[in-house]
Amino acid sequence: MSPEPESGIPDTQYSVLSTQYGDESPDSPVLAEAARSWRSAYVHIPFCARRCPYCDFAVVAADEAGGMDTRRYVDALVAEIDMEPDPSELHAVNLGGGTPTRLRPVDLARIIDSLDHRFGIADDAEISIEANPEDWTPAFARDLRRIGFDRVSFGIQSFDPAVLEALGRTHSPREAEQAIEAARSADFSNVNIDLIYGTPGETDESWRRSVDRAIELDPEHLSSYALTVEGGTALSRAVLAGAPAPDPDQQADRYEHVDEAARSAGLVRYEVSNWARPGHICRYNLSTWMMGEFSAFGTGTHDHRGGVRARNIRRLDAYLDRVEMGARPRSGSECLDEFDSERERFMVGLRLAAGVRPGSIGGPFVASDEGRRLVDAGVIGARGGRVVVLKPLLTDLVARSVLSVSPADC
Amino acid sequence: MTAPSRIRNFSIIAHIDHGKSTLADRLLERTGAISERDMREQVLDDMDLERERGITIKANAVRIDYTAVSGDTYQLNLIDTPGHVDFSYEVSRSLEACEGAVLVVDASQGVEAQTLANAYMAIEEGLEIIPVVNKIDLPAADPDRAAEELAGVLGGTPDEVIRVSAKTGAGIDELLEAIIDRLPPPEGDEDAPLRALVFDSFYDTYRGVVSHVRIVDGSIATRDAIRFMATNLDVDADELGIRRPSTEVVERLGTGEVGYLITGVKQIDLIRVGDTVTHTRRETGEALPGYQEPKPMVFSGLFPTDGDDFERLREALDKLRLNDSSLVFQAETSRALGFGFRVGFLGLLHMEIVRERLEREYDLELVATAPSVAYRANLTTGEQVPVRSPQDLPDAAGLASIEEPYVKVMIITPSEFIGTVMELVQQRRGEMGEMTYLSPERAELHYRMPLAEIVFDFFDQLKTGTRGYASLDYEPDDYRVSDLVRVNILLNGLPVDAFSTIVHRDKAYTYGKAMVGRLRELIPRQLFDVPIQAAIGTRIISRETIKARRKDVTAKCYGGDITRKRKLLERQKEGKRRMKMVGQVEVPQEAFVAALKLET
Repeated sequence: MSPEPESGIPDTQYSVLSTQYGDESPDSPVLAEAARSWRSAYVHIPFCARRCPYCDFAVVAADEAGGMDTRRYVDALVAEIDMEPDPSELHAVNLGGGTPTRLRPVDLARIIDSLDHRFGIADDAEISIEANPEDWTPAFARDLRRIGFDRVSFGIQSFDPAVLEALGRTHSPREAEQAIEAARSADFSNVNIDLIYGTPGETDESWRRSVDRAIELDPEHLSSYALTVEGGTALSRAVLAGAPAPDPDQQADRYEHVDEAARSAGLVRYEVSNWARPGHICRYNLSTWMMGEFSAFGTGTHDHRGGVRARNIRRLDAYLDRVEMGARPRSGSECLDEFDSERERFMVGLRLAAGVRPGSIGGPFVASDEGRRLVDAGVIGARGGRVVVLKPLLTDLVARSVLSVSPADC
Repeated sequence: MTAPSRIRNFSIIAHIDHGKSTLADRLLERTGAISERDMREQVLDDMDLERERGITIKANAVRIDYTAVSGDTYQLNLIDTPGHVDFSYEVSRSLEACEGAVLVVDASQGVEAQTLANAYMAIEEGLEIIPVVNKIDLPAADPDRAAEELAGVLGGTPDEVIRVSAKTGAGIDELLEAIIDRLPPPEGDEDAPLRALVFDSFYDTYRGVVSHVRIVDGSIATRDAIRFMATNLDVDADELGIRRPSTEVVERLGTGEVGYLITGVKQIDLIRVGDTVTHTRRETGEALPGYQEPKPMVFSGLFPTDGDDFERLREALDKLRLNDSSLVFQAETSRALGFGFRVGFLGLLHMEIVRERLEREYDLELVATAPSVAYRANLTTGEQVPVRSPQDLPDAAGLASIEEPYVKVMIITPSEFIGTVMELVQQRRGEMGEMTYLSPERAELHYRMPLAEIVFDFFDQLKTGTRGYASLDYEPDDYRVSDLVRVNILLNGLPVDAFSTIVHRDKAYTYGKAMVGRLRELIPRQLFDVPIQAAIGTRIISRETIKARRKDVTAKCYGGDITRKRKLLERQKEGKRRMKMVGQVEVPQEAFVAALKLET
């Protein structure tokens, strides 16, 4: 296999207006390349009712020390947004957490308004929010729709009460269904269901039922993640103490099942763990995977602007203090050189079903010993002048092999 | 020069840990050869490895001046010898330079197999033996029993056994007097043409080859024109000297004396151990009987982990060989491991020491293949070919039979473990020879066994089975035809030479199954299913499969944590153990190492 050095697709051909790509398949290279030029913003809401045992995000649980002064935090977010030195129009906005739906609609409205005020939000921009089903009432859904949100991502994780309990989730399967109905009646155009597989105690049968029920609910978007044991979480402490760890082969089986079920329901896989109907990819995510530029606000966030990645302070009190002093709450930054950023683009791009433009690194990589072995083993291939991972469950293995390519090879 | 009648040349023979080096230290201290202040343990053991392992590998000679009770001063030459079975050829060399030997036995342990083997060697050389029981200060000491055993073995009486404590110094004076009284002086002819025996030599980076010599007849002086008779090498004696143990240059070495000789020769193979030195102008008519070249008993492939280190490995082996003529090697190519060397060793300890020196002193990372003994293949054509590695074995079609080396084994064990020892030896295809009781509590057992059975962890099992009490010695016997087969290990269908081995047919299945099982644990999952098979010829005797790796991906990747993600991948890449590609399969170094430790 010898991929062409370039896809032959000039970047400037695309308008940033995403509506142009409404009919593109989620795994379309054209769509992916267009996403490079989308500008987006991420806002982190760290508050949760309680901390889930597997979660290692910057989160403050209601029962943890310090409590939740949500008002003060939103003030700080607005102040931080106003500090943005070089705003330009946004094509995607994402509120994540934590649990953004812990905020009242009025606070959410303040955040969107301040982004619009500082950056300008394009008319057809995607405005998305992560939600817990138990917070999501029909009235709340209507309020959010009025504020401008048109996409919601529900952390449903499973439809098996035992699995939900093991994951520390407080909603019931019924609440999950009601939440989705509420989003539909409030006219959300893109509803995502998040599922987690491989939870200890989950059976093949339980997983099949969860997938079936998720697909019956006919979401526009589906994310399905393997339960991952992150260091420092309650789950990792339990595993260290001898509790069963997720089994990789079992997780592979579950992945293959959900992939098959999603495909037969007309959902197209466009990233390792994400499926969507045409016109319903998550623009924010796609653009970050394509190394698009984005700003990020709130505790522990990272942004990517002009070749620099900067990260924010993770601790809530320190973040608040800094912003209230009128300073940007940075805790560090990283400037990538040309080779590093090219390699990063390539490695992250491997996660996309559309594959990745070879650029300067794809050729040497595919020609390397490790690259050739991966080709021979059918793990990677060439499609339409792009390098594509044919076995998405082995994407990290491929990415590590890319690390063997040195600037001298390119 | 000292008159031969005032010279005593002797060795100390002892089992490991029976206190040989401590006793030597004490003799040096008592005679004032070394002050208490300069005393460090094991003065005579120079090599780091010797001191660390508490063993003596190379021979060494030191001169002591001793004023006897009679008032006369004597020159004592203590010629140190290695204690381990692998180095018994060095012992025999040292013994030829002596008239007597001090045979040391631990008062709490009694006679051990190696002590006995070396004692027999000394008796065969016609040496006078002084039996000594050491460590009489230990609470567990049973000097009477040990003396009883020694007397029994040597055919004397327990009264002749000297009881000492090298630690406290008790009995040392008595021992020194016995060396004067009981050991004969050297018997050379002072007026005859020079005959000097080269009993050891080593390479010094600055001085070239340094030889230890024993003057048998005549004398040698600095600047004499001399000839090494075996190689017909004519050179000048640049420097003569002795060790006390610090080096001291002397003008002349006379009949019966022991010292070193430097000629400026840089090539060690020009000065053979066992050769006779004589004067070019007044040549002796008769060279001294030489030594038999030691024959390597065990072979192993040594391969650099990093293929680029091949030349460095060659240089390192060349340098080691300068001081270790028993080390033989030739270049070898392995499909699995690349370029390396097939190296011959005297035994497993020798192999371990060479490996350790290569890794430590030459900073090489090595993979060693399973050790193999030197087989012989008899072809249907009547020809006989040596088989030093399983790859050398010719195809079954042209093969009439395979012969393997047998050894004569002597094991000394407490009587209560005789059953255990017999069973162990039987499992290893040993044939019982005679058995004698050293005392009611201890027996000496003789066997003939295939060397290959000893090479793999026999010693460890013997020690375990007898709670550490049994001791072992062996010497080469003959070659015998055996029902041997080569077990090949196939990884993904390809035979991996590093894992294949020659074993007795009865053990082939056990070996194959164990090796296959072990490799399945050690080799990580690959991109595809990897079958591991053990085969004799085309017949598969065992099989396991390493299932293909199915999942290696982080479930979630956010735009935000790409830096973290990249760092994680980099760490994983770093942490990935160094792998060797065997065909399409990545095999970690540990797999090769662990394969050697396989218990069959």
